[in-house]
Amino acid sequence: MVTATDLLRVEDLGISFTTMGGPIHAVRNASLRVLPGKVTALVGESGSGKSVTSQAVMGILPNTANVRGRILFSDPATPGKTVDLLEMPVDGEEIRAIRGSRIAKIFQEPMTSLSPLHTIGNQIGEVLAIHTDLPKAERRARTEEMLGLVGFKNPKRAHDMYSFELSGGLRQRAMIAMALICRPALLVADEPTTALDVTIQAQILQLLRELQQKLNMAMLLITHDLGVVANVADEVVVMYHGEVMEAGTVEDIFRNPSHPYLKGLMAAVPHFDMKPGERLKALREIPINVEHLLGRKKEVAPKGDVLLEVRDLSKSFVTRSSGWFGKSEPPVKAVDGVSFDIKRGECLGLVGESGCGKTTVSKILMRALTPDSGSVIYHGANGPIDVLKAEGDDLRTLRTKIQMVFQDPVSSLSPRMTIENVLSEPLEIHNRGDAKQRSEKVKSLMEAIGLDKRFLKRYPHSFSGGQRQRIGIARAIALGPDLVVCDEPVSALDVSVQAQILNLLKDLQKNLGLTYLFISHNLAVVDYMADRIAVMYAGRIVELAPREVLMRKPVHPYTRALLAAVPFPDLNRPLDFGEIRATSVLEKGWAPQFRADEQDSLSPADLGDGHFVLARRNVDARELRP
Amino acid sequence: MLRYIIWRIAMMVPTLLIISALVFTIIELPPGDYFESYAAELKAQGEDVDTAYLDTLRKEYNFDKPPVIRYFYWLGGMLQGDFGYSFEYQLPVTEVVGDRMWLTVLVSFVTIVFTWLLAFPIGIYSATHQYSWGDYGLTFLGLLGIAIPNFMLALILMYFANIWFGVSIGHLMDLKYLGQPMSWDKAKSILDHLWIPVIIVGTAGTAGMIRRLRANLLDELQKQYVVTARAKGLSPFRTLVKYPLRMSLNFFISDIGSILPAIISGAEITAIVLSLETTGPMLIKALQSQDMYLAGSFLMFLAFLTVIGVLISDLALALLDPRIRLQGGSTK
Repeated sequence: MVTATDLLRVEDLGISFTTMGGPIHAVRNASLRVLPGKVTALVGESGSGKSVTSQAVMGILPNTANVRGRILFSDPATPGKTVDLLEMPVDGEEIRAIRGSRIAKIFQEPMTSLSPLHTIGNQIGEVLAIHTDLPKAERRARTEEMLGLVGFKNPKRAHDMYSFELSGGLRQRAMIAMALICRPALLVADEPTTALDVTIQAQILQLLRELQQKLNMAMLLITHDLGVVANVADEVVVMYHGEVMEAGTVEDIFRNPSHPYLKGLMAAVPHFDMKPGERLKALREIPINVEHLLGRKKEVAPKGDVLLEVRDLSKSFVTRSSGWFGKSEPPVKAVDGVSFDIKRGECLGLVGESGCGKTTVSKILMRALTPDSGSVIYHGANGPIDVLKAEGDDLRTLRTKIQMVFQDPVSSLSPRMTIENVLSEPLEIHNRGDAKQRSEKVKSLMEAIGLDKRFLKRYPHSFSGGQRQRIGIARAIALGPDLVVCDEPVSALDVSVQAQILNLLKDLQKNLGLTYLFISHNLAVVDYMADRIAVMYAGRIVELAPREVLMRKPVHPYTRALLAAVPFPDLNRPLDFGEIRATSVLEKGWAPQFRADEQDSLSPADLGDGHFVLARRNVDARELRP
Repeated sequence: MLRYIIWRIAMMVPTLLIISALVFTIIELPPGDYFESYAAELKAQGEDVDTAYLDTLRKEYNFDKPPVIRYFYWLGGMLQGDFGYSFEYQLPVTEVVGDRMWLTVLVSFVTIVFTWLLAFPIGIYSATHQYSWGDYGLTFLGLLGIAIPNFMLALILMYFANIWFGVSIGHLMDLKYLGQPMSWDKAKSILDHLWIPVIIVGTAGTAGMIRRLRANLLDELQKQYVVTARAKGLSPFRTLVKYPLRMSLNFFISDIGSILPAIISGAEITAIVLSLETTGPMLIKALQSQDMYLAGSFLMFLAFLTVIGVLISDLALALLDPRIRLQGGSTK
């Protein structure tokens, strides 16, 4: 596999970290290559050593790291000359001349990778100042040209903006501009799209592909998303626990994966072609036991009738006068006339990109926020309760009947409480049973989520992210709720763990007769979980339909754009970049029947079979079909 | 920006008014006035007290009027630059304070510069060489500096200076220049004496600043944008200065707010131990003897400097940190 034409060749790389408890081997005997002008994807879950490998290539490992092996770099600009990057002195002049100029890097978090105190242009132009002798005016011109190339509408203005004035997608574009300004031979992209929304991810991937071909640049793409790999990579290297499991062309890897880890990883990712009732295969299946929990539960209420009725919710946030001249901005409508029903026993999926208002809706349902207008009625066993006005006993009942699972499993558990405290706290608050009964209940909760009872005395920090999320779920079901609001419950977890949590949620729903409002930005996950799906855009529900209908025959342009932007881990279904460009995620690119104007406001049009789409009032349903 | 500055300056007026009322109240709180404590002091020393004379004085200075009226007299006087009359020194307050004020500013200013010159390199070294022997050693010295009270250090230095060099290191200048007009020799004498209080007063400040700079810089050094800068090929030193160091300066700028008042009131006890001709001991004496105009003017001046200092640091922060300048005020 090793040829003289390799741009980058990593041979027998070993990286270990010195810690108090002895050395930790992050990478062992890893070898990989990047061909000139090609994309090599480095795949693995967090902790597999893929990011550390990329840091070794750039020579930016932390000081505590020990490196062995060779990293050979053959710069096409100086043919025939091959250098070992690891032999260069740390932060010495030789390696600094390569960094940023011949090998550049894009980082995962566009939020923190740029300095907030310097303008974008300053930070990008700095690369030129380091590696070239260009005069200042020329540097500025080149920087603006690059900003235009990565898709800034007004490069002159963008040059003098600060990173915090830009959205995540634009910040990542600025990062890309910074990495590419010196036209490097190799771009190391460390999870470049993980922190972004799907539609933006598709745009960034498209941009990277285009620039990579235009500049004939090679790319080392580090990711855990097999969908991204299938769409961008030429060669794939799979890492697991610091070792390379499998390497080959993207065809080999996807058509016949040989290593069990890779096979498992592929089976653990939810995809759109799953048959009804098909289960994800988690890499490590967790047996659960809900029998004890069921023992004390009353019989499951019949399915089908409406459990929660949400009507015309609206909520605006006022941003106080920004800027020093005190011009006050109009209030931002976070939620704008949202109505939906949640039926007993179903899972309603709520999909949308960051900032569309889905979390605000969930907070209103939990009474953590007060809406400006609208109503939420909960139809419990003892008659309806107005969620937004409930007081006293009604409110206490609601608090037991509607529970929430949070996105971040780390910050949603108090680090100072043992798991037993965490799980028995809701029971204590609502005076359920005596101490002995409570401890019984806590034990059966642990069984229900598949955790060992012996862990009860431990603190959250000794659990992994997936285990913590299961504890969060156990806390939510402790009081026997009817409705569980799951706000992005798996987006902070690794793919392999994600399947475990999704399966657990499904099993609990089936066994305990729970109703879910499942909020996520990941369409594939929602597709796996939900019976009906609502799509939100800018505070409004633009389309609501049963799962199969929404996935197979989406009507609203935004839904179609969302679906088109999801990368599949399947070589036969590449992202259609043309379609992505054609479908617009922005309102102004939609067909006129979906946009409001002065005469005509928007309202949900009924297309039959519970399929609603937001359109103008006077438009015929047939006109809406694409 | 301009609107913000005007708004901030306008806000200072009510702030200072409230402070002046508080200051006046505190001074009025103890029973009696200066003349009573003066009379008591005279009696204690076994001398006769001329009650009639004191009563005239009381009338002359409006001490027979109710406190609210006296407050407005005081306030009005201050606005015209008349800070009142010190009964203790039998002189207008401005004259009592005058000379000492400049000496105090000199000592404090040199101390601040000394602190910065020492704290910055050491703090940066400690942060970039975290857990090295150098870091441990400097940290140890710094903690010693924080832990030893200044007046104690002053006493120790005085003792050893006397034993080793046979000199007394008290005062800010040779005693023969006290009360003399400024001359070349007097200036030289002041500089000769200056280093002792500067070192003594400066140690604690330096140590504290080293610790804060080190902690702030350590936080910033771990940030992602530092790695970004390294990945560009920027040299380690320029990376340090351009990104994390600048970022960690915010605390330092916020400190300006508290430095200004400390210039004239800091280190009173050290000043008493070393018998320095600064304003600190004078303020304490004035408060003890209820010399109300002197004490009140002092406190008001401190309050004024605090308010100005906070304004300066706020404006400087806004200038240096675009996040504050451009994002300020937006709420979640």
